[in-house]
Amino acid sequence: MNDGLGWRLIRLSTIAVYLFMFLPIVAVVVLSFNPQQFGGFPMEGVSLRWYRELAENQAIRSALSTSLWLGLQTAIISSVIGVLASLALMRFHFRGKQWISTLLVSPILIPEVVLGVALLLFLRWLSVPRSYALLLLGHVLITLPFVVLVVQARLAGLRRDYEEAARSLGANPVQTFFTVTLPLIMPAVLAGMVFAFTISFDDITATLFWKSAGTETVPTQIFAMLRNSISPEINALGSLMIVITISLPLIAGALARRFARG
Amino acid sequence: MQATPQGGIKPWLLLSPALTALFFLLIIPTAFVAVYSLWLSSATGLATREWTLSNWTSMLADPFYWAILWQTLRIALEGTIGCALMGYPVAYFLARCRLRNKSFLVLLLLLPFWISYIIRTLSWINILGANGLINTLLEALGAIDAPLQMLYNEVAVVLGLIHYLLPFMILNIYVVLEGLDRNIEASAASLGAPPFRVFLEVTLPLSLPGLAAGGLLCFVLGAGTYVTPMILGGPQNAMFATLIYDTIIIQLNWPMGAAMSMLLLMLLGGIVMLYNRFLGLGQIYKSLAG
Repeated sequence: MNDGLGWRLIRLSTIAVYLFMFLPIVAVVVLSFNPQQFGGFPMEGVSLRWYRELAENQAIRSALSTSLWLGLQTAIISSVIGVLASLALMRFHFRGKQWISTLLVSPILIPEVVLGVALLLFLRWLSVPRSYALLLLGHVLITLPFVVLVVQARLAGLRRDYEEAARSLGANPVQTFFTVTLPLIMPAVLAGMVFAFTISFDDITATLFWKSAGTETVPTQIFAMLRNSISPEINALGSLMIVITISLPLIAGALARRFARG
Repeated sequence: MQATPQGGIKPWLLLSPALTALFFLLIIPTAFVAVYSLWLSSATGLATREWTLSNWTSMLADPFYWAILWQTLRIALEGTIGCALMGYPVAYFLARCRLRNKSFLVLLLLLPFWISYIIRTLSWINILGANGLINTLLEALGAIDAPLQMLYNEVAVVLGLIHYLLPFMILNIYVVLEGLDRNIEASAASLGAPPFRVFLEVTLPLSLPGLAAGGLLCFVLGAGTYVTPMILGGPQNAMFATLIYDTIIIQLNWPMGAAMSMLLLMLLGGIVMLYNRFLGLGQIYKSLAG
């Protein structure tokens, strides 16, 4: 049946959809090398002009550093909290487990605008101004459900035999955790961290509600720059973001394989 | 990892940081929005603690809000239908093809999750804009003299939404199709059903859970978007989230913004709960875990 007209149509539309998905992204990267001021097609040459301008742009450098720090801190907090919660869900049966696990992932299905408004209004009411701390707490909230989902999936294959062996050989629970359990779940922790970093690094909607007036992350900086019009500089910044967020899981994957080999 | 029965207090200790975070960052703030929407707004936007239904009544009586709400749901629905029509053939192809690099193709679908939503949205300006790919090509071919205006309308917004949501749809359908027992299709075919009838009467109905899960995800995420209509739409394409942002951040009318947030949350939350009641959310979470 894989040779009929129907199948050929399906193959053709699959190719078309992949083009639809990736052509615009390729265009961003290609146009970032456009030397002209008002970039667009047709391109008249290839240059690194806009990457040099990025490097010299103080606003962009500070947005990049804010985003990287925010992403890193979010990743650490979110993955620690998320891994502990995942361990509880994977290891134990307890009352209300189904309910808790739905609650943990529920922020995924709540519009980000609503999450943004809720946290903002609550902290304003407590007289906490919009600040970096609010941004960090908020990013922990939006990344946590994804960490829990990913880490749970990674933990599913883990067996308890090793821990039981360690315990029966006389290790105490703390020793067992640090010498046996932690190395075993490290790939899951790493996966959760990378995922949390990427979501935090890429987030725009809720961040617009939470950031203080002077603070910009890379996405909000791009959003502000777009008010004028699209420029090769935006395309260059976009390409930089793409490189950062795509290389990260690849590096983490390589690291995880090293961990696995020991 | 096998679970042990009767964990006692241990699971709750492990869960306590996550539950504390959710309690203070999600549950209390959401309840607070509900309360806030019932407070009177003052000139500075800070609510005075006087109970009133005026935010709700003036919102629900204003045809402008209804028009934007309707527009929001319509755009989300158009995006969802677009995703289903474009996503189904891809999911089917991936589940049934015998290519050696199939897992690479599936991996490629996950790639957009790693690329910022705002980059994916603005990337369409490079395609549809006055100096974009399509206008440049058409001008080079001599088909048009002046660039076509393809941005800042509803079509551009829906296109941007589809681009953002399509991977969710494809993955949800793919997971279900991949898990189907192929013998059912084979036996329908052996009983003489032509391929198209096998698809229509066997494969499609069996893959409906994936289609439904992808549809729910696309619709809920689509109806809550703020950035896509801001970048690809014109002023006439405002969606409900745009309205909430303007009310809270620009007009500083917090009680009204709170009422609007509650309305959006109850509407979309109601759809999610109905879905969960009849179909269950497990499918969706499975596809998101990768």
